[in-house]
Amino acid sequence: MTVAATFEIRFTRYLLPDGREAADLPSFAADPRALVPDYRAMVFMRALDAKAVAMQRTGQIGTYASTLGKEAVDAGIGAVLGKDDVLLPSYRESGVLMLRGVSPHRTLLYWGGDERGNVFPESPRDFPFNVPIGTQLPHAAGVAYAMKLRREPRVALAMCGDGATSKGDFYEALNAAGVWQLPMVVVAVNNHYAISVPRHMQTKAQTIAQKGIAAGIDCEQLDGNDLIAVRDAVGRAVEKARNGGGPTLLEALTYRLSDHTTADDATRYRSAEEVAEQWKQEPILRLRTWLHSKGAWSQAEEQALAKDAAAHVQKMVKAYLETPPPGPEQMFEHLYARLPRQYIGQLAQLTEEQEPHVEHHAG
Amino acid sequence: MSNITLVEAINLALARAMEEDDSVVVLGEDVGINGGVFRATAGLRQRFGAERVADTPLAEGLIAGMAVGMAAEGLKPVAEIQFAGFAYTAIDQMLNHAGRLRHRTQGRLSCPMVLRTPCGAGIHAPEHHSESPEAMFAHIPGIRVVYPSSPSRAYGLLLAAIQDPDPVVFLEPSRLYRRFKEEVEDDGTPLPLDKAFVAREGTDVTFVAWGAMLREALDAAEELAAEGLFAEVIDLATLKPIDFDTVLASVRKTGRCVVITEAPRTCSLASEISANISEQALLSLLAPVERVTAFDCVTPMFRLEEKYMPDAARIAAAARKVMEYQ
Repeated sequence: MTVAATFEIRFTRYLLPDGREAADLPSFAADPRALVPDYRAMVFMRALDAKAVAMQRTGQIGTYASTLGKEAVDAGIGAVLGKDDVLLPSYRESGVLMLRGVSPHRTLLYWGGDERGNVFPESPRDFPFNVPIGTQLPHAAGVAYAMKLRREPRVALAMCGDGATSKGDFYEALNAAGVWQLPMVVVAVNNHYAISVPRHMQTKAQTIAQKGIAAGIDCEQLDGNDLIAVRDAVGRAVEKARNGGGPTLLEALTYRLSDHTTADDATRYRSAEEVAEQWKQEPILRLRTWLHSKGAWSQAEEQALAKDAAAHVQKMVKAYLETPPPGPEQMFEHLYARLPRQYIGQLAQLTEEQEPHVEHHAG
Repeated sequence: MSNITLVEAINLALARAMEEDDSVVVLGEDVGINGGVFRATAGLRQRFGAERVADTPLAEGLIAGMAVGMAAEGLKPVAEIQFAGFAYTAIDQMLNHAGRLRHRTQGRLSCPMVLRTPCGAGIHAPEHHSESPEAMFAHIPGIRVVYPSSPSRAYGLLLAAIQDPDPVVFLEPSRLYRRFKEEVEDDGTPLPLDKAFVAREGTDVTFVAWGAMLREALDAAEELAAEGLFAEVIDLATLKPIDFDTVLASVRKTGRCVVITEAPRTCSLASEISANISEQALLSLLAPVERVTAFDCVTPMFRLEEKYMPDAARIAAAARKVMEYQ
């Protein structure tokens, strides 16, 4: 017997859970103060997330998918993805969108049941929140194909969860990206649960990263709770794609500290001990401990940041609550570039049936 | 002006669109080097290059999904699904994304793509190669569905589909690909996507048909004319949205209607058209609207396909039935 092929999967981590350094840091982290904006973003994300959960509990928005625990993934991607690149998120990527410039009140609008939550004036080429699992990955291949065809130094970065990697869409997109060497990066955020189904029931593969091997593309696993590892690995993959080096699959290891959504109860399928253990690994504490150890972050700054975040959250909630409810005509307004005359009667029926003073808005 | 087949007209329209607009790209299985299994894309790769005529990996969901991404990023993709029977995994993308991208981003992103696929039975093809999923596509909000019946219609409607700012599913009657030729002027003129065409004028009964069934309806009309019964034949051409103005005007004139489709009967477009006629022209009707459809069975393999598909004889029989109704 001879060996037809072998593979190995690189695992990238710079910060251990207790904030100590596990390896020599990449150059962007040489000055710890340079990572303070990322830290601030992560704290903002967590504050916004906590508020969104509370707003669902009080009926001010609908079902909401929490981002608790993946702040380093979102902040790291947001830090390295270029303004002209295209983000193709799943539904749990409001943190990255915030760093793309999208006002977080849009996230509240989206989960508040309003299509205007997908209007991103600050980042107009980015794709909207994507619910049908993995279906955004073929879009990323199409976006990247267009970029390559036009010889643009741009990158399509798609995000998905560990569950999505069981779908054909995931493999089909990676496979196509490999064939055409597309400027595409897929970050599979392995938070260890697809609703209730744990990672080990999703696939027998030792890593999700190695699914890129089958597509012939570069792949790497990284500690998704380590901001420096995320910035480093995603940054390398994005720049490689931008420079004609082809696609990369990254598996970011993290843990969903929240329920799947506010409609889920994770205590049905995992133990309190397991979750408590994962809280010791979480990304914000880890980065803060490291920043403290470097003398790059003070208690006073932490207190000021908490205030800033709370004020920002209040501003976003206000912007959400003050957005007037959509009129029923919105259902037809952007259905086609120009509504075919065949549907004008339905639109008229819809708008006539509305009572003038019905309040639709959750707020 | 050249005398060409329907598949040659498709090829001509694709070449014209690619010539006039650099953002038009063709993608699909075997569309490049091979020029398509029906030769619809023959010569395009040589003329426009491999990047604009992309042979894709074998994955229909990917093809449709990539077209969505390309379209949102400013290209005008024309994706080919090799046979309509393989389009079902692509329906996920058409339904969840192509048809709703504009709405769900409130006009921020759009999806000017075309999904072409040969459709229907009658070419003695293997299993799964003779399907008519037209109603499944027509049920999807936010898209258009077009089904030409002749070379000149195929040319003009495909140009219109490519130019349209929204997604269009373009069904091609494989049975008519090479059945007859027609003079087609390659002048880049699109046909309207919101209009049915009166293919033959008549006074006694209205036939509404599309795709390959239009030929059967015209043959039936010819046969009936010899009996002194004059059918008006409407080529619906666009299955979504349907031009009911043209259909209803004809039915109000003739008072009788037979709707013909090659697809299974239940929840078919024939049912939709019949319902609309009942709602909007009941008092003009001299007889119930008759549907001539395929049966509610699995599309049979080709030994039985002639029995499965409606033909001129069944259409003529339906016409006689509505004429005799009292």
